[in-house]
Amino acid sequence: MTGVQRMNKIISDIRETARQLLADGKVDVVIGYAKGSLPLKATPCFVHSAQEVDSLIWDETCENNLAAFVAKTPGKKAIVAKGCDSRALVVLLQENQLVRDDLYIIGVSCHGVIDQRKIGAEVGEILEASISDGKISVKGMEGDKEYLFAEVKDATCQTCRYPNPVIEDLHLGELIQVSQDVAAFADVSAMENKSESERQAYFKEQMSKCIRCYACRNACPLCYCQECFVDCNSPRWLTGGVDRAENLLFQAGRVLHLAGRCVDCGACSRACPQGVDIRALNRKMTKDVYEMYNHESGISEEGKPALNVYSANDPEEQFLVKE
Amino acid sequence: MIMEEIQVEAENKKYDPKIAAFLCNWCSYAGADLAGVGRIQYPPTIRTIRVPCSGRINPLYILKAMANGADGVLVSGCHPGDCHYISGNYVARRKFALIKSLLTYVGLEEDRVNFSWVSAAEGGRFAEVVKGVSERVGALGPNKGVFKVDDGGATDE
Repeated sequence: MTGVQRMNKIISDIRETARQLLADGKVDVVIGYAKGSLPLKATPCFVHSAQEVDSLIWDETCENNLAAFVAKTPGKKAIVAKGCDSRALVVLLQENQLVRDDLYIIGVSCHGVIDQRKIGAEVGEILEASISDGKISVKGMEGDKEYLFAEVKDATCQTCRYPNPVIEDLHLGELIQVSQDVAAFADVSAMENKSESERQAYFKEQMSKCIRCYACRNACPLCYCQECFVDCNSPRWLTGGVDRAENLLFQAGRVLHLAGRCVDCGACSRACPQGVDIRALNRKMTKDVYEMYNHESGISEEGKPALNVYSANDPEEQFLVKE
Repeated sequence: MIMEEIQVEAENKKYDPKIAAFLCNWCSYAGADLAGVGRIQYPPTIRTIRVPCSGRINPLYILKAMANGADGVLVSGCHPGDCHYISGNYVARRKFALIKSLLTYVGLEEDRVNFSWVSAAEGGRFAEVVKGVSERVGALGPNKGVFKVDDGGATDE
């Protein structure tokens, strides 16, 4: 089978599964992806009846983390989940945000999603695009170009160690072999090795781009607080103005809330309209949790998020005041 | 003559940092109390905020203290194993390690945010900790504004 045939097989299997589930009344809604109104951007799609299942698709443009919608969708639901979506589902289950019996997970192995920003930076606004067999032809405002998928794969997906869903009720398509058996944090280490003033300057620059639209928060499957600290009036953590210091306060607060829970799906970075390097902060926390507490979030249903548990021997030398 | 004297005095006057000190009710706050009762001298740089437990510390408290212009932050609780609520400071310890690491990562000077364990019997040690923290924060000078909001909101770029 060629790559195109394999993809089409997965799409028809997703549709058939959704049709069956809805027709049998096993679920009220199937959460999946549909073709979006913009090129190279699939949109989340909620299918309520067996007649609508043909709008479901699956390809390298399915960049949203659908776990973000699961807790907000009432009733029994089926969800099309790639590796990172399933990890987010595991964390949500650990935190009692979901009922496992109300959830039917259609697992799909994922080769990664496209980083549109990288393409947009070269060809301008993307007008038209088509994907076939690992090649992406793009027609942009400032020119046309053809890419290999590997060239424009999202940064998150390049270091992904869990392309296959970690929990699922049904698996469609083939499993993907994973090459890395230990987590790699070359990007974080490179940043750590820079001097304090370089790091300060880097994050100053990044935070001055942020417009605090909170798209990162909304795209995140694990930001589910009823009232986010940024919306809170009493106490008022943020003044409401947009300046880089306050943007950093927001991002640091957000990242600390996600420490030990973030599944590194990259949905926040992809949702950012300003291209802020949000992932740098999340990755730092992921690395620390991995190294200090030997914990990776959302990889098994047993266990709890790293900050919900403790050990008497947790390291403390590096943060205690020196006397 | 008098003006000159005042000026000289102002120049000689050492910079006194303002440090927000979050102290747990059961150990560190009592430790600070003991330092006071024992008349142990330490710099008047800390502004004490009593919290029920070091586990009550929300990372936003520390960020907001820095944003509102504190020159430094000191967080102190019971020694691990001695928590009044059994495990509050164990849970806090993981949080503190990550807070410290993240703040250093984004370029906040390492000595601005400090964590310590001080028991109710360690009045002398409490004074020493405050002395040490004040010196280091003092050496860094005023809050340079990684998190500080100068004008209450509008853009600073």
